[in-house]
Amino acid sequence: MWDYTEKVKDFFLHPKNTGEIQNPDAVGEVGSIICGDALKLTLKIDKTTGRITDAKFQTFGCASAIASSSVLTELIKGKTVDEALRVTNQDIADFLGGLPKEKMHCSVMGREALEAAIANYRGEKKPVEVEGKVICKCFEVTEEKIRKVALENHLTTVEDVTNFTKAGGGCGSCVPEIETILKDLWSSPQAQEMPQAPKPMTNLRKIALIQDVLEQEIRPRLQADGGDIELKDIVGNRVIVSFRALCVGCPMGDITIQGIQEKLRELVSSNIVVEEE
Amino acid sequence: MKPIYLDNNATTAVAPEVLEAMLPYYRDLYGNPSSMHTFGGQVHRKIEEARAQVAALINAEPEEIVFTSCGSESDNTALMSAVESFPHKRHVITTRVEHPAILNFARFLSRKGYRVTFLPVDSAGRLDRDVFLKSLDDDTAIVSIMFANNETGVIFPISELGELAREKGILFHTDAVQAGGKLPLDVKKLAVDMLSLSGHKLHAPKGVGALYIRKGTRFHPYIIGGHQEHGRRAGTENVASIIGMGKACELALGHLATEASRLAGLRDGLEQALVASCPDARVNGDIGNRLPNTTNISFEFVEGEAILLRLNEFGVCASSGSACASGSLEPSHVLRAMGIPFTAIHGSIRFSLSRFTTESELNRVIEILPPIINELRQLSPYGRDKIMRKAPGDVAAGFDKRS
Repeated sequence: MWDYTEKVKDFFLHPKNTGEIQNPDAVGEVGSIICGDALKLTLKIDKTTGRITDAKFQTFGCASAIASSSVLTELIKGKTVDEALRVTNQDIADFLGGLPKEKMHCSVMGREALEAAIANYRGEKKPVEVEGKVICKCFEVTEEKIRKVALENHLTTVEDVTNFTKAGGGCGSCVPEIETILKDLWSSPQAQEMPQAPKPMTNLRKIALIQDVLEQEIRPRLQADGGDIELKDIVGNRVIVSFRALCVGCPMGDITIQGIQEKLRELVSSNIVVEEE
Repeated sequence: MKPIYLDNNATTAVAPEVLEAMLPYYRDLYGNPSSMHTFGGQVHRKIEEARAQVAALINAEPEEIVFTSCGSESDNTALMSAVESFPHKRHVITTRVEHPAILNFARFLSRKGYRVTFLPVDSAGRLDRDVFLKSLDDDTAIVSIMFANNETGVIFPISELGELAREKGILFHTDAVQAGGKLPLDVKKLAVDMLSLSGHKLHAPKGVGALYIRKGTRFHPYIIGGHQEHGRRAGTENVASIIGMGKACELALGHLATEASRLAGLRDGLEQALVASCPDARVNGDIGNRLPNTTNISFEFVEGEAILLRLNEFGVCASSGSACASGSLEPSHVLRAMGIPFTAIHGSIRFSLSRFTTESELNRVIEILPPIINELRQLSPYGRDKIMRKAPGDVAAGFDKRS
């Protein structure tokens, strides 16, 4: 049995934003039923602001595929198209408190659907379907995709590539080719120049950052208006706060929470959720 | 929450009588059956009693039974013994739907330079008698064909196939791990030279199995060492588990006649109710010729792991042939060999019953599963009424190149 986090289970059992938007402004479809997972993402986009006003998904796949798709819609709603494009597959996995490594391809599928939908919105070709040699015939994975996902996630072994793209996970006959691609990729000048992929933030670092932002950015402003908050706990990406002073019972409480969340998302991590205790 | 356990082809509960029979051999009677003193000797006698109980289940002679550590060891031993016993023969025949203990051992032999024939099956999981007959030749060291399939329950005509091999003087092994205790087995009537059994599939504990070796069959041990099991399997005996397996075989034999029909009735009821209440559901395998406890149903357009985890919320335990549920990325090799479309393989669910299964448990499944399927279908981009972006091809490009 897979070791799923409570968050994955929750988003699988109670997925948010399911279904299909009628007359969508963008559609992204990735995967196929043969491979065992597929995702159709539909978006409503405000043409003047470029902001994603609604996002819905339909997914054929396992628990982590459904949870990843649902989280993707949560992460991009309210963002502009450009902001949404900064959501990575790692953000999706992080929001879920991590995915089993064999299931990372579910988060990659989410990221791909997003790229496909935005390309569709902009009238471009889908990034993952640009011409490319199919390396893994079992799962129809192209050389382009292997290179792209390997670069983005700093993958250096065939096992990593399989976990993130499924390539090599079927009959295994393409494993030598994937090895060659990885060797070429990480010895090419392009890779040398690339900064090392940023390491995922440790929990310690994240907690420290959140505390800093609350102390230096948020509380002084609230205190200026006679209000205050107290940080109660940090659970994964959930930041739990409690109102103090004039903030208690303030009818603008929701907006205050929203503001804190936006600030934390900007300065700490794009998937933070602020909740009142 | 007490689980509704419908995954008995994966493993079974240890029967209370079995556990009772075992406990003294952990607590007090810990002697080594090979010892000279009475303290060990009494254990030896008990092991011989278990051997007779296992033999009785398949109508063998006690000395034709060798205890092993599991079904996989029995399977590996049978193949290894055959190729060791007939070193000049370089051909092995098996099927595409065997348990990995046979399939991967056959692949291992193939890498060692053996010619291996993997017999195909039809869409109902049946073998073709003529294809089988044609595959037999003078170079064939052994034929290994399972008695009944673990995923679909489909039963192969081992009696007939064994006769055909025997006429040509070819050794025949059958993996009867799933059939043991569920179907009447009589090695006096079956033309098989070796037969594998596993304890934990018939309410004995995990970690014990048996291999039947017909008297007069050339044999080479797989585990080499001491004189245990008359030199046919070295290593100090797993005493308590062997005693447990003996007791479990005795109980299984006693229940066989009544349980086979009771389980088939329960299974058919479950199957019919689910197929009736879930559109686009289909039963996989030869319906008229299956283990009485097994059903394999495909729910199209939804994925098996998702179904299993939703069932899990209600304490229902089953299994799936989907890729995600397999622990690898590949969906069931059995359903693929049958040419089941991928839309149906990924949504396949196996329910396997035991003599502890009750009708009310199955009624609960009949009540909760249809809404789960319906809900997951609403989530799915595929469906009968939805436009699929890619046609659900019957054959994926690369999967089956290997065999």
